Amino acid sequence: MYLAPDQFPAALPALHRRRFLRLAGLPVVYAAVLPPGLALLGLPDPLPGKHPGLTVLNDRPVNAETPAHLLAPEITPAERMFVRNNGVVPAGLPSTPTSVPQDWSLRVSGEAVPAPVTFTIGELQRRFTAHTYRITLECGGNGRAEFSPPASGNQWTTGAVGCAEYTGVRLRDVLQAANYDRSQAIYVGYYGKDTHLSGDPDKVPISRGVPLAKALEDESLVAWAMNGAPLPLLNGYPLRLVFGGYPASCSGKWLSEIVVRDRVHDGEKMGGQSYRVPCEPVAPGTDVAEADLCIIEEMPVKSLITSPRTGAVIEPGRTLPLAGHAWCGSSAVARVECSIDFGSTWQPCRLSRPVNRFAWQQFAADVSFPRPGYYEVWARATDEAGRAQPMVLPGWNPRGYLNNACHRIAIKVV
Amino acid sequence: MRSPRSARYPLVLGLLLALAVGATNCQEDPPPATGTGGPPPGVVDGIDTLTGLVAAGDYLLVKGNCLACHSAKLITQNRADREGWLGMIHWMQEKQNLPDLGPNEGPILDYLSTYYAPEESGRRPPLEVTEWYELPD
Repeated sequence: MYLAPDQFPAALPALHRRRFLRLAGLPVVYAAVLPPGLALLGLPDPLPGKHPGLTVLNDRPVNAETPAHLLAPEITPAERMFVRNNGVVPAGLPSTPTSVPQDWSLRVSGEAVPAPVTFTIGELQRRFTAHTYRITLECGGNGRAEFSPPASGNQWTTGAVGCAEYTGVRLRDVLQAANYDRSQAIYVGYYGKDTHLSGDPDKVPISRGVPLAKALEDESLVAWAMNGAPLPLLNGYPLRLVFGGYPASCSGKWLSEIVVRDRVHDGEKMGGQSYRVPCEPVAPGTDVAEADLCIIEEMPVKSLITSPRTGAVIEPGRTLPLAGHAWCGSSAVARVECSIDFGSTWQPCRLSRPVNRFAWQQFAADVSFPRPGYYEVWARATDEAGRAQPMVLPGWNPRGYLNNACHRIAIKVV
Repeated sequence: MRSPRSARYPLVLGLLLALAVGATNCQEDPPPATGTGGPPPGVVDGIDTLTGLVAAGDYLLVKGNCLACHSAKLITQNRADREGWLGMIHWMQEKQNLPDLGPNEGPILDYLSTYYAPEESGRRPPLEVTEWYELPD
């Protein structure tokens, strides 16, 4: 049983979902074997449609990450996609959706739209060309558990990332159809149907967005499908934004409104310490004034070893097949290397090209070990601009964002 | 306010919440320690089994004041000093409608900063492996 990722002893063992159910005195049931709509003891499964191996970090709001070895497939299956929710999932939606509601509406408004326009999903599908892209989405706080001094929030280790195939229409096409004003538009923000944790209907759980140029990219989608099926409820069913390369919080879920702003969007979690890091580097633990924090845009280069699972024991003389993914916020990953001697020497890995921009790339290597003993295998990706992953936690920041330090696994040759 | 809200959450959470709230009253002091017999009910190995909280100090105040609105995991997975926890309380008061904790604030901060204090660690602490396994061919 996978209890907690091993890389972060500072984090308390996270409660495994099955263990959570057992501790709660409930029978352990695989959601996958339940007929659609039928819930545990007549009430909803806390993680509908999700793999039982996900690690639950928080159940109110629901947050769960994917252990590295479950991310081995090139395309992340929907049931293995991590869950990062700021509010409460909208009520009244199916827990395991099988169809997309044609009448769900999306409003386009804001200072830089002459008059608000509303499209239903049916209209989006009929009016605009659908596109499918494989897009890596990673939470800005993935890796927070490693921060010292610690940063508050969900203590993500390595699993707040996944790469699925999203189908939808280009946000650019929708904005053009709403006749947005190019001379005024600065930023595009979103609102969704999720509700605030406090139950206060006047509070918005999260309303973030991206600069206009990002919104206009080919791969920036208003999407209704993941891997050819309706989006999972916990990942934004029935409609969401998808922006590759930016913190996943930019990709609004349960999408109901897009605002084209004449200023940097000032929605919930655009200000304060949320998704912002010191504009200038600071010493760990520094108290940083809000005015000195800048919004995170492109995510840094990163990689994850998905096979083998950490803790593998092999016989002397045997070669270890190593595999994983690498991704970055712009361009592509140029190379991935691995080390069995804590970075003293590096050997190149084989690396695939991305199928499209923002799709993660696959690396592989055959690793041999000179003698019996304990080893750590480290992986390091470098992007096309020559920026490599650091081996230690990079720039400390108050809320624990952007940890792209090298991933590592433990191996014993016995 | 509690029952309609908890009804919107999954069974497990509702159950935990109802039990957690029912087991204590945030306005009352925790029951005095008897000094004899075993640990209080629902406590195993020093952990409150319903919530996962360290069952020591004023943990019942934490159950009563914090868990009506959020999961205990938000506490158990975080680490901070007294100032850090106070900052989180202020943030919840500003953003999440948490009321003033009054005389309970001090004891709650004592509890959090004692049992959920930062741990000193290197920038890359040694890997901890929960299970070694033979790699299949």
